[in-house]
Amino acid sequence: MAPRRPSPLAPNRQRQVEQLIAAKEVVVACGPGGVGKTTVAAALAATAAARVGGRVLVVTVDPARRLADALGLAGLGNAASRVPDAAFEEAGVTPKGELYAAMVDMSESWDALVNRHAPDSRTAHQILANPLYQNITGRFSHGHDYIAMERLYELHEEGNYDLLVVDTPPSRNALDLLDAPSRMTDFFSSRLLRWLTVPYRSRLVNLASRPFYQVADRILGSQLLQDLADFFILFQTMRDGFVARAEAVNRLLSDIRTTFLLVTTLEAVPAREAQEMAQALAGRHLHLGLLVCNKVLPPALSDPAVAKVADLLGAEAPKLTAALSPELLDGEPSELVRSVLSEVAQSFSNFRLVANREAELLSELADLHDITATVGYLPGNITDLTGLLRIGASIWGEPEAPASGPAKVTKRTGAAERASPAKAVDRARSPRPIGSSAPSATDMATEHDGDHKES
Amino acid sequence: MTDLLGRRLLFVTGKGGVGKTTIAAALGLLASEQGRRTLVCEVEPKGDLSFAYECGPTPFRGLLVARNLTAMSMDTEASLREYLHHVAKVPVVGRIGPVARAFDFVATAAPGIREILTVGKLCYEVRENHYDLVVVDAAATGNVVGQLAAPTGINELVRVGLVRNQTDWMLEILRNPEQTGAVIVTTPEEMPVSEAIDLAGRLAEETPVHLACVIANRVLPELFGRAEEHVFDLLADAPSVDWLAGRLLASPADVASVLAAARLAVTIRRDGSAHLERLRGAIGSDAPLLYLPYLFSRTHGIRAIRQVARSLGEEL
Repeated sequence: MAPRRPSPLAPNRQRQVEQLIAAKEVVVACGPGGVGKTTVAAALAATAAARVGGRVLVVTVDPARRLADALGLAGLGNAASRVPDAAFEEAGVTPKGELYAAMVDMSESWDALVNRHAPDSRTAHQILANPLYQNITGRFSHGHDYIAMERLYELHEEGNYDLLVVDTPPSRNALDLLDAPSRMTDFFSSRLLRWLTVPYRSRLVNLASRPFYQVADRILGSQLLQDLADFFILFQTMRDGFVARAEAVNRLLSDIRTTFLLVTTLEAVPAREAQEMAQALAGRHLHLGLLVCNKVLPPALSDPAVAKVADLLGAEAPKLTAALSPELLDGEPSELVRSVLSEVAQSFSNFRLVANREAELLSELADLHDITATVGYLPGNITDLTGLLRIGASIWGEPEAPASGPAKVTKRTGAAERASPAKAVDRARSPRPIGSSAPSATDMATEHDGDHKES
Repeated sequence: MTDLLGRRLLFVTGKGGVGKTTIAAALGLLASEQGRRTLVCEVEPKGDLSFAYECGPTPFRGLLVARNLTAMSMDTEASLREYLHHVAKVPVVGRIGPVARAFDFVATAAPGIREILTVGKLCYEVRENHYDLVVVDAAATGNVVGQLAAPTGINELVRVGLVRNQTDWMLEILRNPEQTGAVIVTTPEEMPVSEAIDLAGRLAEETPVHLACVIANRVLPELFGRAEEHVFDLLADAPSVDWLAGRLLASPADVASVLAAARLAVTIRRDGSAHLERLRGAIGSDAPLLYLPYLFSRTHGIRAIRQVARSLGEEL
């Protein structure tokens, strides 16, 4: 078992994270696209179920089959399914609570909304049958954001779960998600909507007299306009229900029981987007409880002492090669040994640049909220609960489990004083190869199955 | 292959976060340096393009950022205004504001309207010969298919009207592989590669635009061959680590960290290679696959764009 050493960055992070999770009922995962948001949300939910307990539901908008597979489920749908305890057992964990997972089915959710808010079933049917309906629900800008938030509200209302972790659609703009409920309200309240529908309701108004219709008619043709107006008239019957609901969703988002989880990588563009998101949350007095930086390089790469060793290794490569006893190297040709040493040094200095940039971005981001967690690069793909729980352990601030592998360098002389290098060692040789790829790493697998068993 | 930059209109797309804007900006820079009058257009105006060129906001009307190089952001309302003015000759230009807003609103609901205004503007710049090359920092997977399919789809919806008459010449530009091409950008990671493969299929099935090339961005260098890896494993063994530490007067933990970093690099590279293998298998001979090396540098903005442009130039 790894020693529980608080990271110097965030003292007692483990306790902080547990307190946060225990105090909240809703966690909204947000962040730029492509940073592993869905995976981190699932990891947080799984780890909360394992360690904090209660009934935890992770709701994803990502239809990727992989997540269902990773959770040991046959597939995900609008209805929640329970992640079997067997999946946890396989990961060597006895969960304190129960983990459920569901996916937001956009069209199913829209249909349900229409059925709920339409004044009667006939109107509902007319709306659902309108050819423009599918199109609008599919395209209505921010429609997906709204549905994700609306579904969250519904699940919270039902009260079947102690903790809801909801993943959100990748947004073009950081504010889209937060604005979605208000936009829905605006949509129904807008003068534009009334303006567009009134002429068709009241035939007294001469359409042709309105410049908009002159233009629109010319460009779109009157049939399309008529279809649109019909649709909007029907849609408007749902106004009160939608507006009330959107307001309730907004209240839930700003409720003290809700917190946001911001996921990003430490690359320039996503980090900038994450920063905007954090500022947007702050500007709206929404609670950003946790920032998770994903796929971060090991801290040893930005440790000057380690860098010095790497430089030495490169500079002294010829001398070291000459002096190295052939026994240590199985009699491999010295040419090869020298080139490997130089490559190692070169690679270190390459990645060091990246790691330093990451460290800078991290410190900029870390000012914006309470808890910052970093998750290292995990080889292969996350294909099972073990992988998710490993990410969870990183979020909880645990040093990764002592690793072994073909190269046994886990002797920790001097590691206790300085957290980072040891952590780096762990990370690099870390985890069993999740998935298949790395042939030379396959033999790491065996010794790791129990790593994340909680004491 | 047809010279990539010899085309007139390139849609650069791919999953969010793979570096679409960087590639589009670099392609634009490269073309402009070759003397082609180039327009780079950011379709989803997030400001990434102005971040890439370090040039301040890029307006719809375009901003000259370098010789032969103009950058702009798409704005469907402005596109409508321009369209009404130039094509429809609508006399209400003075009062276009509310009309355009209403139109924008309708466009939200009506399929393909916003898309046609986007694609239409881009095709228009090509048709009018305002530029030799238009590079589009296009939308991500889902939206780009909608945009490129819009001229075809709109014919089914709008039976009469000016919009319909406008789609024919757009289609002519879009479906000509000598003129127009899609560039799918990906990184050697699982989701971006899966999405790239999916997107290549959807472009072929649902849109008139041909795939011009696939660019694998941020490809890590190969660190070791097989023989070297064996040596590395021996070096990373505890006795060697201790020996090296003693020799360099360093702590074994630090030596181990250095070696661990190399192993991580090998692992990341290897994971990536497996995904690229999958990509190559799926794309086959449909389009060339270009590799851009990972930039180990602290820089971003125009200096990074220049580096990418240089690598792209070598690959092309």
